[in-house]
Amino acid sequence: MQSLISISDLSKTYASGFVALKNVNLDIRKGEILALLGPNGAGKTTLISIICGLVNPTSGTVRVDGHDIIKDFRKTRAMIGLVPQELTTEVFASVFTTMVYSRGLFGKKPSPQYIEKILRALSLWDKKDSPINELSGGMKRRVLIGKALAHEPKILFLDEPTAGVDVELRKDMWTLIRQLQTDGVTIILTTHYIEEAEEIADRVGIINHGEIIVIEETSELMRKLGKKQLILELHKKLESLPADFDIPNLEASADGMQLIYTYDIHMDRTGITALLSRLSEKGIRFRDLDTKQSSLEDIFVTLVGNNQS
Amino acid sequence: MNFQAIKVIYQFEMLRMWRTLFQSVFSPILSTSLYFIVFGAAIGSRIQSIDGIAYAAFIVPGLIMLMLLTQSVTNAAFGIFFPKFTGAIYEVLSAPLSFFEIVLGYVGAAATKSILLGVVILTTARLFVSFEIAHPMWMIVFLVLTGITFSLFGFLIGIWADNFEKLQLVPLLVITPLTFLGGSFYSINMLPPFWQTVTLFNPVLYLVSGFRWSFYEVADVSVGISLSVIFLFLCLCLFGVWWVFKTGYKIKT
Repeated sequence: MQSLISISDLSKTYASGFVALKNVNLDIRKGEILALLGPNGAGKTTLISIICGLVNPTSGTVRVDGHDIIKDFRKTRAMIGLVPQELTTEVFASVFTTMVYSRGLFGKKPSPQYIEKILRALSLWDKKDSPINELSGGMKRRVLIGKALAHEPKILFLDEPTAGVDVELRKDMWTLIRQLQTDGVTIILTTHYIEEAEEIADRVGIINHGEIIVIEETSELMRKLGKKQLILELHKKLESLPADFDIPNLEASADGMQLIYTYDIHMDRTGITALLSRLSEKGIRFRDLDTKQSSLEDIFVTLVGNNQS
Repeated sequence: MNFQAIKVIYQFEMLRMWRTLFQSVFSPILSTSLYFIVFGAAIGSRIQSIDGIAYAAFIVPGLIMLMLLTQSVTNAAFGIFFPKFTGAIYEVLSAPLSFFEIVLGYVGAAATKSILLGVVILTTARLFVSFEIAHPMWMIVFLVLTGITFSLFGFLIGIWADNFEKLQLVPLLVITPLTFLGGSFYSINMLPPFWQTVTLFNPVLYLVSGFRWSFYEVADVSVGISLSVIFLFLCLCLFGVWWVFKTGYKIKT
């Protein structure tokens, strides 16, 4: 797929000496939803801020659609919309006025029809004349999204879009993000909510200590690094596994009512058949079974843990 | 050039003035009227004319200058400080805008407001005292140049200030005293020789003197020097603003 944003050897060291990014190389593809995951202070916001022109890089280059973000800043910034992490809006202006302002800032001619379309899509049309300081937190978040979309950007950065947002609004946002992708917008979001990335992202990048540890298709990442577990609900409590029961990756639960077998689904032999035959031989009976795929969260914790050790 | 952006910043800032009409327009008019009542009618009636001009008329240019300077600085400083304070400045900094365009929007609006206010105060003054303007074109030149220059200065203060106290510091502790001591209410010829020399170091003296000359053709210093001082200060402010955007001082990391 065609690369829309190319980041090469990007580094950022703040005046305090804090190294926020270390030689980051990343290609963001046209039309994808990329989720950037990472703990606090990992460098996610710094990366976004550099691309959007809010932070000056220490070294390295970023090209958006072939244009350098510093030399051709007018072209690159016109393509980008940014939804910041904090609820940073004008306070006393009305919703509609602030949308008109945002569109104009990016050099677009006024289009009340387009702004109406966005406000309706964000369920803000009936609040168009309300001053922003009279809106709830969730509505302010929607206003920020509206402002970022007001100039019809090709790329949308969402920095922690669903932080502190209720379930309903979060679902609405996912729907909106998917719709934007259908409309051809490339979306980059940072998040703490791993299930969010798992749910909507085409690719996941994991940042830690200013470095990209992994960047992979979400499904591929799950496939490569995800483990599966077979959980067997036993008929009777098992005090301990028989001594000659030499099956690796098998353990009993603390209450002795479950056996948990972890396996790799990509291996030719998962060992499930062997396990079930051995259980039958030993007369260990089970009344139910279940399988569980490890979540992106498990993968994230493993990767970040490895990176720190 | 992103004209659309300059236009929306300008309109957005002007809209703020209409939202805060009482604070932006009525309160300076009220305080100027009080000056005229106290200095012009009450005290001024007991003061002899200065350089052949009735005292109440003599103070008109100085009073307009006092309001013009404080309002230019305050409006421009607040205009850029507030989005910095709320964090909304991110949008301006991430937009396809050069520093020149940003300054044009913010400073243009601040200067417009203060110049409009200058005109309103001039009209208000006319209700209290009778005076003629000898050189209306030069009066406009001084009004506009001073408005722009001090709006640029205010813009720099707004960038520098990181709290409300600092924002008020310069207008209250620097601009107002300098205006009062810069010959707004008296001619420096009335001062002892030593203080006359000290006053020559006050840049506001040159603004008030030049502006008063455009009204009554009397000045403490020559008009050429007055204009040169305004241009010098304008260049200094432009350099300051250029440096702020070049280095990202207090706005970019």
